[in-house]
Amino acid sequence: MPWLTRGLREGIVTTRYPHRPDGYGASFAGHVVCEPGALGAEAEAAAAACPTGAIEVGRTGARLDQGRCVLCGRCCQVAPRWFRLRPGFETAALSREALVVPESAADRRAIAQAREELRQRVRALRRSVHLRHVDAGSDGSEEWEIAALTGPIYDVQRLGIFFTASPRHADVLLVTGVGTAAMRGPLRLTYEAMPAPKAVVAVGTDAISGGLAGGTYASGTGVASVVPVDVLVPGSPPSPFSVLHGILLAVGLVGERQREQLPGKSRSEEVAG
Amino acid sequence: MRLNGTLNWHSPEGLVRSVAAKVGQGARFCALFASPEAAGTRLLALLSHSGTLVPEATMVPEGAGGFPTLTAATPAAAWYERRVKDLFGLEPRGHPRPDPLVLPRRPGSAPPRPGWGQPVSALPPDDPGAAPPAACPGQATGPLELDLSPLPAHVQGEGVFTLPYGPVRSGVVESVEYLIETPGERVPHVRARTFYKHRGMQARFPGLSLADGALLAERYEGVASVAHAIAYCSALESIAGCQPPPAAGLVRVLHAELERVANHLSSLLAHTEAAAQAVAAARVATHKERLQRLRAELCGNRFGRGVVVPGGVSGPPLAGAKSLLGPLTRLQAGIRADLELLMATPSFVDRLRRTGVIAPSLARERAALGPVGRASGQAGDLRSDHPYAAYASLRPPASPTRTAGDALARQQVRQEEMESAFDLARQALEGLEELGPTPVGGWRAGLGAVTGEALGWAEAPQGELFYLVDAVQGRVRQAQARSASFHNLALFATAFPDDIFTDFAFIEASFGVSIAGVAG
Repeated sequence: MPWLTRGLREGIVTTRYPHRPDGYGASFAGHVVCEPGALGAEAEAAAAACPTGAIEVGRTGARLDQGRCVLCGRCCQVAPRWFRLRPGFETAALSREALVVPESAADRRAIAQAREELRQRVRALRRSVHLRHVDAGSDGSEEWEIAALTGPIYDVQRLGIFFTASPRHADVLLVTGVGTAAMRGPLRLTYEAMPAPKAVVAVGTDAISGGLAGGTYASGTGVASVVPVDVLVPGSPPSPFSVLHGILLAVGLVGERQREQLPGKSRSEEVAG
Repeated sequence: MRLNGTLNWHSPEGLVRSVAAKVGQGARFCALFASPEAAGTRLLALLSHSGTLVPEATMVPEGAGGFPTLTAATPAAAWYERRVKDLFGLEPRGHPRPDPLVLPRRPGSAPPRPGWGQPVSALPPDDPGAAPPAACPGQATGPLELDLSPLPAHVQGEGVFTLPYGPVRSGVVESVEYLIETPGERVPHVRARTFYKHRGMQARFPGLSLADGALLAERYEGVASVAHAIAYCSALESIAGCQPPPAAGLVRVLHAELERVANHLSSLLAHTEAAAQAVAAARVATHKERLQRLRAELCGNRFGRGVVVPGGVSGPPLAGAKSLLGPLTRLQAGIRADLELLMATPSFVDRLRRTGVIAPSLARERAALGPVGRASGQAGDLRSDHPYAAYASLRPPASPTRTAGDALARQQVRQEEMESAFDLARQALEGLEELGPTPVGGWRAGLGAVTGEALGWAEAPQGELFYLVDAVQGRVRQAQARSASFHNLALFATAFPDDIFTDFAFIEASFGVSIAGVAG
């Protein structure tokens, strides 16, 4: 009985997302964006400062691979003119190419194709979705962020989203971690045990590209070489809102973020929201 | 603690004698580090003897094939030696059970010897055209060969079977496999197979810049990012012989203590879920999410990443005492009120009491750490024993201890630690307020192009954490971590003396280990 009244006294703490925007989620430094035409010494210095080699300076300008970015913010300090942390959590994308900014025309075509293919496949999943999570060598933080989704603040059950223990009952596979040598087999088995139609969400930079920990004798460079990844959620780790956006994207309940760029703002202003 | 010139060198047999003598005099075995060198493999045993950290070393020459086991001198060394065997191919001679732990290499295949250049990958390379880096003597040059075949059962008897629980388990948890040998209810034997998550972190450090090393350390055990960054950076600061500025020490304390509360809430959440206390679990999840948001308000990251850098911190907190003291105090009051009610809820307390008992004598013998050790009478806490950051000036309260050694005692220890963590965080915030926006000494000291080797430490939420870092001219030559998760999970198998299968979830939650920190 005391527990009941304690719960009631708290009132409603649950976010209204995705039906309404969420103030906290929108204030979160979600990803780093790169202005078109980033060239010169500053852009080169930013590329050299990046701990994961996410920035490549080409002929027409630098491009940043958000699938490698660990959001350390160094490029934004070195070259604030070209790089900045952009607020918001709708960071998930439907293809590896879509995470490289600014985007190219060829990427746009590939992204459109991936979107259409996924839309056709997951049409049946919109009312109720069951998720299975597999850790393929994470640092442990992604599990906290995914598990937060079942708490009262995110409460994904309200959206018909449930976690299930058995892959036989699962529609969507959430994968975290670099894809270690010993987890490749169990991950593949879990994926194969799921009935079709199914979708795979790679959660976190480690799962997308290996991040900082990838590339040793035992750690992989992402999970895409083990299971076919449909949705990629960058971040090290991504916030619960970003993971939720990735799940909704996988089952076609929301669209991708707007990919055009906003005028600049300093990092502290963005974080303060 | 700078190590150059302070190591006590022994022959491999001499190391065993020295460790046995010191343990006999009451010293605690802390860790065994292994580093690949041109001459062979250096083993460094770390002991805590009369309040001092004592490093004892030996060089196992290339071609020796093994070394005499330390496990006979102290059982706490058992897991460390299994790790050395997996990664360096050295047989601990006389070890009672040298099963694979972090890397199940096919017998006879070459070891990775991590820490020497970049060992050859077992996985498809990023750039197939790149030439592999030169291997050191004895290091694997071909693809890594794994042997994932099941282990034979230890316990024999009518109706005894082995339940392989994992690596893909129910719930959103880290991957690990527990081989539970059971006749159905009692659990006479449990083995943890932690290699599924082995990422070879020791192989990832060499060649990194000092700042990149801190980012990697934050991802060694992601739920204790701040503690890992502090331990790694304080090793570098010891090499450079510099102290981070006072303001940086306060910022480090602030983040480390909030991280402690978050981890203890995580353990509590797992307890409440295991006990099917739905409202309590919802309350704890709400507290934890609010805390993560407060942490993000301080630095833009929910795990405090990017705050601790070599020489200090990256800059002032993004929020000050004015905006944070209120929410912190409310959060502390909310957690306290819910815990009071929870500890008066018999259906919760009964599941924890006398569950997973580790007797103080066993905890002492196995040198249990952190809340697991404190619940079984082991009082060590690096914050007061070997103060770092600003702990010397903040005077952390004596760490709480219990002697019951059960899951309830571990929960009570965590509850008291949360209270003191909130107090320390508040003190740190107030201290920063006093120092003002431009404190004397700034936020970070310059380290320069440091060369040398040192040991750094921090009291992580899981317990004592060590980093052994060797730097050459401002680059990491070798670095390795020893997480309390690794040390404590070795005790897991001993925690089922009178328990049954359904207690498993409680015992696991009460250990509060992160598998990432175990597997490395």
